[in-house]
Order: sequence, then C-alpha cells, then structure tokens
Amino acid sequence: MPRPEGWKVPDVDRRALVKSGLSLGALTLLTGCDISDNDVVQDMFAKVSRWNSFVQSELFSGTRLAPEYPESMAVKNFRYNAWYHWQLAPVISAADYRLELAGLIDVKTPWTVRQLYALPQQSQVTRHVCVEGWSMIGKWTGTPLRVFLERVGADLTAKYVGFACADGYYESIDMATALHPQTIMAFQLSDETLPAEYGFPFKIRIPTKLGFKQPKFVTAIYVTNRNPGGFWVDRGYNWFSGI
Amino acid sequence: MKRKIHPLTHDIQEHPLLVRIAHWMQALAIIIMIGSGWRIYNSVPIFGDYRFPIWATLGGDPAESKIGHMDPGVANALNWHFTGMWLLAASYLLFMLHGLISGHFIRHLLPVRPREIWRDAVAALTFKLAHRLGEYNAVQRALYWAVLFGVLIMILSGLAIWKPVQLSWLTWCFGGYPTARVVHFLVMTGICLFIVIHVALVALVPKTLVAMVFGRAAEAKDAHHAAP
Repeated sequence: MPRPEGWKVPDVDRRALVKSGLSLGALTLLTGCDISDNDVVQDMFAKVSRWNSFVQSELFSGTRLAPEYPESMAVKNFRYNAWYHWQLAPVISAADYRLELAGLIDVKTPWTVRQLYALPQQSQVTRHVCVEGWSMIGKWTGTPLRVFLERVGADLTAKYVGFACADGYYESIDMATALHPQTIMAFQLSDETLPAEYGFPFKIRIPTKLGFKQPKFVTAIYVTNRNPGGFWVDRGYNWFSGI
Repeated sequence: MKRKIHPLTHDIQEHPLLVRIAHWMQALAIIIMIGSGWRIYNSVPIFGDYRFPIWATLGGDPAESKIGHMDPGVANALNWHFTGMWLLAASYLLFMLHGLISGHFIRHLLPVRPREIWRDAVAALTFKLAHRLGEYNAVQRALYWAVLFGVLIMILSGLAIWKPVQLSWLTWCFGGYPTARVVHFLVMTGICLFIVIHVALVALVPKTLVAMVFGRAAEAKDAHHAAP
C-alpha cells in the first residue's frame, strides 16, 4: 500500500460528519428514549407475538421428548419462584381441596387429593427453563395430563386447556402440548409430596414450555376453544412460550 | 477545484441498493438485539452481580413497566428481542445471499491471509496504513468475515437458547443450555467490539458512510487518508 506523504489533517467531509453524528444520535435515541411503551409499539409486539406463537406451534412436535438427565443431576433445593414471597403462597388443606372441571369435559365431578394421587404416575428428570434465563434440573413425579383428560372425557379435539390456581394465577396451553407424553400433573418434587410453595396439591409440569406456563396449586382445569390467555401472557409475555 | 470523477484519477466506493438496505436493517436489528438482550440479561445476570445500566438497554421505563407488565421491563425487552430476531435473520440472509451470488465476497473480501493481516494490523496500529475507498485491507477483510461469522453464531446460539427441546441437538452442539447462554453473551461482546472499531473507522473516513448511505463516494487518488 502506498504511504501517504507525511501526516496531514484529513480533509474531513463536514456534511458527512454531521450525518454520521446524526445517525449515531438516532441510534442512541432509539435505545435511550422510551418508545417501548408507545401504543403503536405495543400493538406491533402483540402482532409479532401471535406470529411467534404460530411459528412455535408449527415447530412443536407431539412426539419429540425433552432431554432427560440422570437422577444424580436433579437439584434437591429447587428454586422458589413467584411474584410474591414464598411465605405468602396459599396453603391448601388436603381435606377441603377439590379440583373443579369445566368446559368441554364430559364428567365434571370434582376430584379430591386422594383420588388424584391414586392415578397412575411416572417420573421425569428434566430441565426447567425460566423466561428470565435461569434453568434448573429437577425430578417431578405425577400423572400424564393426557391420562387425566381422557379419564374425565375431555374433548381432545378442542384447542386449549386452561388452569385456574389458588393464588389467583391462571394459565392456558395448546391441546398438542397438553397431550404430550411429558406433560404431567406433578404431585411430587424430588420424591416428596409437593411442598405448599411449590404448588400443593399439584403443579402442571411441562418440560417443553417455559416455567411461567406451568401453574401451581391448580384448583380448576377447563377445556375450551377460546384462548384463555394467562397471568403473564396478559402482561405482554408470549403465549405459546415453547422451548 | 474539482476534477471529473474517473476510476483512473479517483478511488470509488459503490454499494448497490440491496447491500445498503441489508446493511442498515442489520445495523438496526443488532442495536435492537443488544439493547433488549442487555435488559433480559439484567433480570438474571450470568456474571456475578454485573448488570448493564438501564439507559443503555431497551425495554422502556422500569417504573412504567411495573404498572403495565408487573416487571422492570422484561416483557418489553423480550418482545423487542423476538421481533428483532426476524429483522436480524432476514437482513443477514439478504446480505449473505447477495454477497455470495454477486461475487462481492470473492472479489472484495478474499483472500484472507494471516501474513497480510499481521502486516496491515501493524501498519494500522502505527498509523501507516493508507485507506483507499472501495478497497478493503487484510485487517478489514478478516474483521468483516469475523463479524459475519459472529452474527451467524449469535443466531444459532440464540436458537439453541430459545428452543433447547425442539432443537436439542443444536443446544447440545453449544454444550447445553447454560453454556449456550454464555456463548450467546461472549459473542455479543465480540460484536460490540467490532461495532466500536467499525464506527471509529467510519468517523475517520466519513466518505465510507456517504457510500453506505447514498451508494457512491469518490476521492482523488492523491488524497489518501492515513487511517488506523
């Protein structure tokens, strides 16, 4: 490469420099200024989120299993996670508890804890992935949701399964995920009956979805063709949230 | 005094419209991805207690978010991230396909020889490297390949984090879910470094920006700037 003759102050194109300054300013503005909560932006987010849910449901396979890990990798002190302190978690009395059924279900007789715990059970050592990025391997034991839905005569061609919880939480999932072999009503965590703050009498464990899609202390299950949304979904989080 | 612009007397840099569109889409996408990624990172930091300053992140006013989303801006940041990813993938694909099909990569970004990279790097760091419009020195060529590869790794490691079950083979390739997160973070840091160098060099040779905005810039052959 030819060497310039001596060092000269570069002949800077002033117009271009102003332009480069402006475009950098525009970029800073984009990050510095709060356009995130602008109505138009929120509207765009909602549309893209619906598209992303569709893409994820297409990507989802009813037979592809989440990786399972050796039991030795399961964490014993599983992380507690909710928007409130663990001591404020609802404490449910096993004697008074009834699981309500609603919507497109044939037999809507409420279930007691004893009846639920008598269902056939299986274990899984899988990774729980939080929307915020942390993850943890745990061991859960319970009944496949499919077994339960079949037993109560749910319409398995319906689109959604919704859940209501003792702490005011609510969630819903697509039927394909509800029927996935690893989607279970988990009665146990680390071989022990689910402690109160982890969702006694049961939580829905779905290793193919993010943590917030897996409701605890479920008090009602319903089957519907209208998307029931969810606690965090209605606050801007993606509905499908598959992993 | 202006001379008529001619390849014999001038260095000319030209960017087709497609390249300019892809470049600026890519720039916007990367800024969205980094800004929102930093806000998402902040909710559960990987490295100790290190968090990015809120002003440098994308996700809205934390106080407003507390009311609208019951979080400090994570929902907004995730929405930016999962919107920006389409822009990033589309512009990357556009840029790569054009570069490969048009022959731009072969003509301007090859060859990449370690000896030349070393020579030009030393020249650049001692302010002895001349910049010629429309010509990429060995360091530039290597850096462009590095960042194009970096963006590819960002897309792949991002997919590995997004879909550790459906694409478990990809997550496995990155050493599992937690490691894929670290890879995603480290390559992001590399891309940030590239951006700093890239923008600094554009500030030194502003005509390259003129070319990337308007499609063409020219400079008399005897007016070479010494650019690091």
